[in-house]
Amino acid sequence: MTMFGDWAMPVQYTGIVDEHNAVRSAAGVFDISHMGEFFVRGTNAADFLNHTLSNDVAKLAVGQGQYTLMCNELGGVIDDLILYRLAEDDYFLVVNAAKIGEDEKYLTQFLPAGVSFENASPRYAALALQGPKALTIARKFFGEAWPEPRRNAITHASWNCQDVLTARTGYTGEDGLELFFAPEIADNFFHGLLKAGETDGLKPCGLGARDTLRLEAGLPLNGNDLSLAHSAFAAGLEPFLGFAKEPIYPGKNVMMEQKAAGARFKLAAFRVPSGPPPRPHYHLFSGADAVGEVTSGAPSPTLGCGIGLAYLRADVAMPGTALEMEVRDRRVPVEVVKKPFYKRAA
Amino acid sequence: MSQIPATLRYSASHEWVRVDNDLATVGITDHAQAELSDVVYVDLPKPGATLKAGTVAAVVESVKAASDIYSPLTGEVVEVNSALVSAPELVNKDPYGEAWLFRVKLANSAELDLLMDAAKYKASINE
Repeated sequence: MTMFGDWAMPVQYTGIVDEHNAVRSAAGVFDISHMGEFFVRGTNAADFLNHTLSNDVAKLAVGQGQYTLMCNELGGVIDDLILYRLAEDDYFLVVNAAKIGEDEKYLTQFLPAGVSFENASPRYAALALQGPKALTIARKFFGEAWPEPRRNAITHASWNCQDVLTARTGYTGEDGLELFFAPEIADNFFHGLLKAGETDGLKPCGLGARDTLRLEAGLPLNGNDLSLAHSAFAAGLEPFLGFAKEPIYPGKNVMMEQKAAGARFKLAAFRVPSGPPPRPHYHLFSGADAVGEVTSGAPSPTLGCGIGLAYLRADVAMPGTALEMEVRDRRVPVEVVKKPFYKRAA
Repeated sequence: MSQIPATLRYSASHEWVRVDNDLATVGITDHAQAELSDVVYVDLPKPGATLKAGTVAAVVESVKAASDIYSPLTGEVVEVNSALVSAPELVNKDPYGEAWLFRVKLANSAELDLLMDAAKYKASINE
């Protein structure tokens, strides 16, 4: 167990590699109750969110979700989140645990008329059910009446007469669901789900496997790979930055200028063909020049070598570039590669 | 419950020591390997290097993190277990046997008295 903010969370149950492999080959369930849940509602909610968050809210049909960023005026990342549209004027936001307070302040600061905000985090526990068998298990667990969401969509399910939000999203690179429900039923829900997935190889998974899975999938971690130090554009998140939409959100103009001029640093992926795995804060070199710092790194259970993400000087951030990583006073060869490290078979 | 052989001595930082005349073999305990889980890389000291008791002698990396391993004793490194370079997972499989880390020639055998016996170590990890 480890402390993550005020949450006591399991790093591992049976072992990080064991849990990691279960998610890649069958399924795993993660307790993500620490995540924050907000509701933004009202006739002006869409317009407000479109001026506050980066992605284009107008593209979001009822029942759909989208990955989006909350930036400061310089494009620095305050938080990355998923925005779901539950109904015409009813939006559900899932934010990082460590950012709940900051996000709430940011969103409520300039709340216009016709928009209401609720921090519903205390009302929700949550589990992520991830892996190639996740949907099979969910069908068994929720029964035939369950309206199965499509990729990135969200539906209402009923379990023992309790409302459960079932979103087809995740943070592992596998197909799967994120499930939101009342904390009062969490214990029964978790054990019921484990039971439903028993014959499909479902395993409980901790924070350790969550980190190696998301890193292989090239998904950034807020606080490590995303921060105020680099813009969301430098982080490679342009597809979620709504440059084509009309509304201006904080950081949009700065990041569009960065795009025109070219960012000085880029979040790039690299692998260590042989040698010690990369860890956050290791330095990368091109010859004698320090060209970047590692923000995430770990041994990849799927690839069998060290993998990492680092902000690299743009001229050495192209895939195929050979660099060196400093580890305990020596240099180890590394290679810049394309993201993601792992992509599931279609 | 982890294994704690009665014949070995133990440090508070979870290294074990097996003494054979003036040679001491050092490794990490079963408790330590279980806490680390999934060891993927081991950095060993250089043969011929002189280690001081309580200083970093090796690094064991698991999926989770890189962990410093301290030399429980002062002395010159006379041998390292290079099998661990290609098979670091031995640390999880056989921490007291095949996964010994290094051997030092004891410079000060009085340091042995500062280490714990099996019963004390067992109590120190609340088992």
